[in-house]
Amino acid sequence: MNLLVCVCKTPETTAKISFSDNNTKFNPEGVQYIMNPYDEWYALVRAIELKEKSGGKVVAINVGPASNDIVIRKALAIGADEAVRIDGEPTSPGYVAAQIADYAKDKGFDIIFMGKETIDYNGALMGGMLAAHLDIPFFSHASALECSDNEVTVTCDIEGGVEVLSTSGPIVVSASKGMAEQRIPNMRGIMMAKRKPLNVVAPVDYSENTSVAAYGLPSEKAGVKMLDPENMDELVRLLNQEAKVI
Amino acid sequence: MAILVFAEAINNKYKKASYEAVTYGAKLAAMSQTECVAITNGDSSVAGQLGVYGAKRVLSFSSDAMHDGQALSAILTKAYGDVSANTIVLADNSKSKSLIGRLAVKLGASYISAANGLPDMTAGYQVSRGVFSGKASATYSLQADNKIISVARNAVGVEESGAAVEAEAYTPDAVESKVKLVEVKRVEGVVPLPEAELVVSAGRGMKAPENWTIIDELADTLGATTACSRPVSDIGWRPHHEHVGQTGIAIKPNLYIAIGISGAIQHLAGVNSSKTIVVINKDPEAPFFKAADYGIVGDLFDVVPRLTESLKKFKAAQ
Ligand SMILES: Cc1cc2nc3c(=O)[nH]c(=O)nc-3n(C[C@H](O)[C@H](O)[C@H](O)COP(=O)(O)OP(=O)(O)OC[C@H]3O[C@@H](n4cnc5c(N)ncnc54)[C@H](O)[C@@H]3O)c2cc1C
Ligand SMILES: Nc1ncnc2c1ncn2[C@@H]1O[C@H](COP(=O)(O)O)[C@@H](O)[C@H]1O
Repeated sequence: MNLLVCVCKTPETTAKISFSDNNTKFNPEGVQYIMNPYDEWYALVRAIELKEKSGGKVVAINVGPASNDIVIRKALAIGADEAVRIDGEPTSPGYVAAQIADYAKDKGFDIIFMGKETIDYNGALMGGMLAAHLDIPFFSHASALECSDNEVTVTCDIEGGVEVLSTSGPIVVSASKGMAEQRIPNMRGIMMAKRKPLNVVAPVDYSENTSVAAYGLPSEKAGVKMLDPENMDELVRLLNQEAKVI
Repeated sequence: MAILVFAEAINNKYKKASYEAVTYGAKLAAMSQTECVAITNGDSSVAGQLGVYGAKRVLSFSSDAMHDGQALSAILTKAYGDVSANTIVLADNSKSKSLIGRLAVKLGASYISAANGLPDMTAGYQVSRGVFSGKASATYSLQADNKIISVARNAVGVEESGAAVEAEAYTPDAVESKVKLVEVKRVEGVVPLPEAELVVSAGRGMKAPENWTIIDELADTLGATTACSRPVSDIGWRPHHEHVGQTGIAIKPNLYIAIGISGAIQHLAGVNSSKTIVVINKDPEAPFFKAADYGIVGDLFDVVPRLTESLKKFKAAQ
């Protein structure tokens, strides 16, 4: 199988978020970056598992500047065979989807994997956009994916349950928890990654129609009210009369 | 011009999220002096009800490809043209996640998912949403003439501003679906976590899975849905679908009760938009207290049964 996995770089999960330039820019100072967990733990690993089972290759793709190479090398260390970086500034999911679509359109990928969302912008938009460009089905928030002969069966998370769907042609799928088990790269993988190909391609033109104008931080909580652990009647009273939630 | 709202019916019933989407569409139509038109897969016996929330027209279609985002998107883009819409509004849920990106590309539209309020039209067209897993918000500027907006829970709530209308039958072009629905599995009886107003959540402080009976009793008494921290679902004490947080489900219920959960930043990222947070922890230094509205320092094995008793008394008195 010919598999493409979209991977991106996000601030590490405990990163302190702040903004600069009058709240119009994300402030990267002191922020450590990681591969987006859904991409790394679920999308990438499931693609590698499929390749291990039925052969083929796994290509990792990222849209971003050269500083993203650390994330791409990690994908290679975990087990992708080769990688592509589209050398553009990933300003929006629309931009990223247009770039990846242009790259993938004539490469005959059977499945294009990605994470269900990035943990920074939480858009969950890229997959549907990519599928629209390629005019193929998109399965979002998939927690399982099985292939047999000519059929792909995908289990997608829906509110309060799952929907099991199947199709035959090429697809785009976004991975959520359950799709695979996280793999930690070993020394051999890290060494081999250095020798795997990482092709850099130029971006195509894209005209942006949606952009961030400003950022804000949530207002602080008024402060916690500490209650007597012996007196839960008081908590119930407050939930009812003050917070009005029960 | 019109605002087209997609109001999904499941088993010919609407969830609150669909009424919220129509409410949002109606308010948006009022702001931009246009009309709110709802399009729905609910049949004529239920669809007209959407008028109550402000839809001036309701188009009702039937399709056996509701599970296929590609087919559904074709129906919606066709209707978009038919009613001369310039905006599509939908509820932010699993259905919109499979649709919104495709609609944005097909219509060359500006887009925002999980908008947490109405647009500000004083300078351009700006809409806000949560980013960095609830640690910040961002205001997006939507520049294209066509726009797609999915609406987060409680962004505008549900408001009755009209009256039921006669639904019009809408016949979409025949679409051939490439996707087969094998089966739908839903947990019956409980409100799904993403939709729950009341959530009782527990973590590693529970010590062992068999201790969850006190959590279940509290949740049953409240009519709440249960959730858990990540390590607890990772070791298999609780099912995966209960895992909330940055890498699990993000929720914003009215009430979130966190029991024996330390309040790690990745956990908070999924729950800090809850309206009211109660934290029960034996460690007064637990970071969760900083994010809480009400805090109780104590042993959960004493406090939780006591809380259940108090709630039972309260319910009985009502
Ligand atoms: C990349 C990444 C992503 C992550 N994503 C998530 C996520 O999405 N969701 C998530 O939850 N975590 C996530 N985590 C894990 C997170 O960092 C914490 O490790 C986790 O939330 C801790 O779970 P906990 O609070 O149940 O356990 P602990 O941190 O062990 O806390 C247990 C708490 O119980 C209290 N306690 C113990 N006994 C009692 C008692 N008898 N009575 C009262 N209180 C008691 C203790 O004081 C303590 O505060 C992630 C971590 C990483 C690195
Ligand atoms: N710059 C990027 N390069 C490659 N893939 C990306 C990029 N940005 C997002 N993705 C992929 O798209 C998924 C969903 O992103 P989003 O729609 O932005 O939440 C992520 O989990 C990644 O797999």
